[in-house]
Amino acid sequence: MSLLSQKHMLGLSDYSAEEIQTILDTSLQMRDILDRPVKKVPTLRGVTVVNLFLENSTRTRTSFELAEKRLSADTLNFSASGSALSKGETMLDTALNIEAMKVDVVIMRHKSPGSPHFLARHLESIIINAGDGRHEHPTQALLDMMTLRDKYGSLKGLRVALVGDILHSRVAMSNIIGLKKMGAEVIICGPATLIPRGIERMGVEITNHLDEAIQRADALNILRIQLERQTAGLFPSLREYHKYFGVTRARLDKASSPLTILHPGPMNRGIEITSDVADSEHSVILQQVTNGVAVRMAVLYLLAGGRAEPSA
Amino acid sequence: MTSKYSRFDRPEKAQNLFLQGARVLDPRRGIDQVMNLHIVDGVLQKSVAEAPNGADVIDLRGHWITPGWFDLHVHLREPGKEVAETIASGCMAAMNGGFTGIACMPNTDPPLDDAASVKWVKSQAKPFPVEVHVIAAATRGRQGKELVEMSEIVEEGVRAFSDDGGPIKSSAVLLHAVEYSNMLGARIFEHAEDLYLAEGGSMNDGEWSTRLGVTGIPTIAEAIDVARCILVSEYSGGAVHICHVSAKESVELIRAAKKKGLRVTGEVCPHHLLLTDEMCRTFDTNFKMNPPLRSEADRQACWEAFLDGTLDVYCTDHAPHSWEDKTQEFDIAPFGIVGLETAMGLALTQFLSKGMDIKTLLERVVYAPREILSQPVPAIAEGELANLTLIDPTHRWTVTPQEFKSLSRNTPFGGWELTGRARGVVHRGFALIQVF
Repeated sequence: MSLLSQKHMLGLSDYSAEEIQTILDTSLQMRDILDRPVKKVPTLRGVTVVNLFLENSTRTRTSFELAEKRLSADTLNFSASGSALSKGETMLDTALNIEAMKVDVVIMRHKSPGSPHFLARHLESIIINAGDGRHEHPTQALLDMMTLRDKYGSLKGLRVALVGDILHSRVAMSNIIGLKKMGAEVIICGPATLIPRGIERMGVEITNHLDEAIQRADALNILRIQLERQTAGLFPSLREYHKYFGVTRARLDKASSPLTILHPGPMNRGIEITSDVADSEHSVILQQVTNGVAVRMAVLYLLAGGRAEPSA
Repeated sequence: MTSKYSRFDRPEKAQNLFLQGARVLDPRRGIDQVMNLHIVDGVLQKSVAEAPNGADVIDLRGHWITPGWFDLHVHLREPGKEVAETIASGCMAAMNGGFTGIACMPNTDPPLDDAASVKWVKSQAKPFPVEVHVIAAATRGRQGKELVEMSEIVEEGVRAFSDDGGPIKSSAVLLHAVEYSNMLGARIFEHAEDLYLAEGGSMNDGEWSTRLGVTGIPTIAEAIDVARCILVSEYSGGAVHICHVSAKESVELIRAAKKKGLRVTGEVCPHHLLLTDEMCRTFDTNFKMNPPLRSEADRQACWEAFLDGTLDVYCTDHAPHSWEDKTQEFDIAPFGIVGLETAMGLALTQFLSKGMDIKTLLERVVYAPREILSQPVPAIAEGELANLTLIDPTHRWTVTPQEFKSLSRNTPFGGWELTGRARGVVHRGFALIQVF
């Protein structure tokens, strides 16, 4: 039994503005818990959560694990290396085996887009997508939205630019979906080779010029650029990328009013973002990390709260 | 309906069969009339009003009889992947779908790349009223380097060579394959795909691949290879057949080539005529095939090309895969869907109601595929060997994959309500007439 009308969180595309609003409101209450001297509540006592991370992740897994522990859930970590998957077992068999151990919630990170949807078709457990390839990363977008809402009070009419490798970014996709639903305007900025086909159909503005994005936006969400995109021939060099798409103090100073700076991490300092931007008073990058725990607590509570022990 | 003729595994001999009261359609011979067909030892007799003594009478009033349907693009997985399909199960699926002839692709393991393997496949299909024509590999081991022993393979009746499953990568090898096969009266079937552009992709490159975060395969990955094949055909004078056309750009190139009088033909599959990339939205791998489902504009272009004959052939690209292979992550699961047992129902339900007449449909599925393979076209006439497809055009049924004769169930059409279904086939002296 879920406190939302949803059973799973596979992606924000399934969620309505009202449901996102509920999650963001609940996240504020959860953050209050994080500010207490004793940061633990019994909300999910008796609920078992497995963190099924089939792709490397430190930040997201840690954040989820902390959220689970703060809510008193029983947690189990499962990673790809050393598992049966590395011995040729299919993902389905792995997941069915885990479920047979009576888990309630599966947090899943996997390189294949749609893999949480696949699990949801075959498992009874609640599935929460912690990043499926380049498709979606819903809790990241929620924490980004929470952070922006903290600062501006509302997302309606806010102009947010996503800068960098849009093509390979699940963070970008979930942000576009979430922000559009909440009434924000979204600007996409990056080199032409890293902007996916048909994205204009999602109601975003597109520019290949960082200065233009800076002029038009209230906030920049700066995406990580990976060296492997250079070797795949998608852009000439990190040096050139930094020169034309790196967010620097000098570029930001041209804006009429200061922009709020977000980054989902991990940052490549000196490439997509310089330290004087990352560490500036307008950067909310560390607030994002705190909010990440709060948002994940809220999602866990709203989806799995109904499964907790009645005494809790 | 009798059940004597209803066994798929051992079809009954058509010793003395009287097919009564069906509308007989053989457009190439100008036949479209209700008549009785009498078959003795597999040979069509003079049409008579009353059933001769001792004949098995099959009441086919309200049915259609056409020359046997032919599927020009089928994957039988034997040898190599017999859990997904065997030659026998593929033949039974063909019979169930109303086909009396199929052409199978050589991308088995090992591939069909010599005369002995061609001979072996044909021998396996012997017990069935289905001709199995082999499209042999164009290059040894489908490696794209050395030509197969084409002359010897042509002596086994083969008239088409293909590295289907993938393209012939080298343009030099492609040119040589077209030149050499043309010398033998055969042609190259190209699976048109630029592998660089398609690398890593699992669905059409477009709005939906972006929304779903799935790596895209652009339409031009196909069209660039179509253009290459057309140029090779024009330069060499040889014939090239383009497999499973899916993209608007490809259609336009083929149309222009035909206008120029070049020896280029093309085929289209039901899924590219009926489905679009948006249907991948649930990550159901039964919507994953190569070439992928395209946009509505591409679908529309394929349909128009199918109507006007730019695309000559209706075929299925029947690609069986086991449940465990298909039940994987979208980007890991193999490409392909089965088609033999749904192609007729889909055509009768979806095409005839949308402006295609039965005559044109038969052109695409009876005559053109055989001509492209340089095979004789069956005729419904006294003294001819009976090669017939029996159709119940009004039978309403629901596609139920569990009931397929194919060993695989990977179809995106499960649950579709169709009107029109194969009642049976008569060919090679055998008859199969279904009870449903």
